[in-house]
Amino acid sequence: MASTDARESTGVFGPSRAQIPGKTLRDDRWWLAPLATFTVFTAFIVYATWRAFEGANYYRAPYLSPFYSPCLGDCVKGSSDFGQPFGWWPLSAALIVLIFPLGFRMTCYYYRKAYYRAFWLSPPACAVAEPHTKYTGETRLPLILQNVHRYFWYAAVVVALILSYDTVLAFRDENDHWFHMGLGTLLMLVNVVLIWLYTLSCHSCRHTLGGRLRHFSKHPVRYKLWTWVSKLNAHHAKFAWYSLFSVALVDLYIYLLAAGHITDLRFF
Amino acid sequence: MAYRLKMRIWRGDKDGGALGDYDVEVSEGEVVLDAIHRVQATQAGDLAVRWNCKAGKCGSCSAEVNGKPRLMCMCRLSDFDEEETITVTPMRSFPVIRDLVTDVSFNYEKAKELPSFSPPPRDADNKRRMQQIDVERGQEFRKCIECFLCQNTCHVVRDHEENKKAFAGPRFFLRYAELDMHPLDTNDRRELAQDAAGLGMCNITKCCTEVCPEGIKITDNAIIPMKERVADKKFDPLVWLGNKIGVRNKDNEGRTEL
Repeated sequence: MASTDARESTGVFGPSRAQIPGKTLRDDRWWLAPLATFTVFTAFIVYATWRAFEGANYYRAPYLSPFYSPCLGDCVKGSSDFGQPFGWWPLSAALIVLIFPLGFRMTCYYYRKAYYRAFWLSPPACAVAEPHTKYTGETRLPLILQNVHRYFWYAAVVVALILSYDTVLAFRDENDHWFHMGLGTLLMLVNVVLIWLYTLSCHSCRHTLGGRLRHFSKHPVRYKLWTWVSKLNAHHAKFAWYSLFSVALVDLYIYLLAAGHITDLRFF
Repeated sequence: MAYRLKMRIWRGDKDGGALGDYDVEVSEGEVVLDAIHRVQATQAGDLAVRWNCKAGKCGSCSAEVNGKPRLMCMCRLSDFDEEETITVTPMRSFPVIRDLVTDVSFNYEKAKELPSFSPPPRDADNKRRMQQIDVERGQEFRKCIECFLCQNTCHVVRDHEENKKAFAGPRFFLRYAELDMHPLDTNDRRELAQDAAGLGMCNITKCCTEVCPEGIKITDNAIIPMKERVADKKFDPLVWLGNKIGVRNKDNEGRTEL
């Protein structure tokens, strides 16, 4: 962050530009969107950090919290469907796996827009001057690492598959009998659909499936896939928000169940 | 129905200027450029404004209306309350010449730096061929009218004059993407886009898309795909390894790196 004097001699206040007072003449509520983003993301970060470090109340048969799935550490009985290869891990099991969905969202092209605007004010809104005097974008460490987004997308596909498996298991009751459905099952089902929509609408997915081609005409199947993903991609921001809420809601529901604050609403 | 519109218009040049107050009669259905013309015709004959088609197709009358980058000819007065004061200023990213006219030559300099389309030799019948779906892909990019509102709103140069040397801007990333996706172009522009054109400086905050009067999805359909193409070339170890061991994307064959 630079001094006010430095800020006021460059950018829109530079010597060649029209001498117009104020960092913007916008009179609409341009600050509302970044403020809302900042508030919601901060609330999610606080909640997710607490839950990730808690290391408890993440499993209530048959429901496993998405923050802890797959549970690869020293997890409670019944929650590790893929074994416990990190059984020696002394901290919360969530910390082993959360890096993947977290990395996927942190490097996501939509989330980047949202947090660059809301947290770094670069810029806070269109045609509103940013407070920084220097700007190098994503050309240097650490932000050049945003280019690894596709690798987090590969991991996110695996995570989505595992969450789908968890959702299937949620159709069993606590005694492993099939044809059970509770409110937890419904919430997990909605969540996994939104997670898939978010994952498949990813820009890296769009590129990998067909966007990288120069000759659509030579790759009709990939072209078709690209057109489908392009339709989803237009709603990527929406899916990013919906799935953020749904994953937190599923975790909260399972926390309340596991901590004994509520009982599962059972449909059949 | 005619009414009196209150306007503030920036008047001045590179040595200084200020917002001047004007009160002008306007009619239902008119646009900001009509009001500016009436001010020019009735109250300020020396008001400088660049315009041409009045139909949103020439890209000449770019300015900022109430702080938002807009084409004045596509900015309807009916979108504002009749009591509201409308403020019109020149684009704030480019050097001002006079009043609402700015020097947009930065964009033409950047256009010169972009290597032009380079097709392969013609087929035996002296024709070049493309399939229709490949032609369609670039049509969105061809809608650009070069109003330079995207260049104006991009904070990389709007807020950082020093970046102009190293940053081509969204309008030209659109062109890079169009050519890189073009089946007949023989140039590989990925290194050039990242290094010389400064694609890595873009932090995809989408303001270019928000202000585009043609509704081109600049960020989603051009900049991000171009960033992904650059990642293929420069940042993906698996693609690098594939190239080393001969597993190549045949789609890129026949291209020469610039």
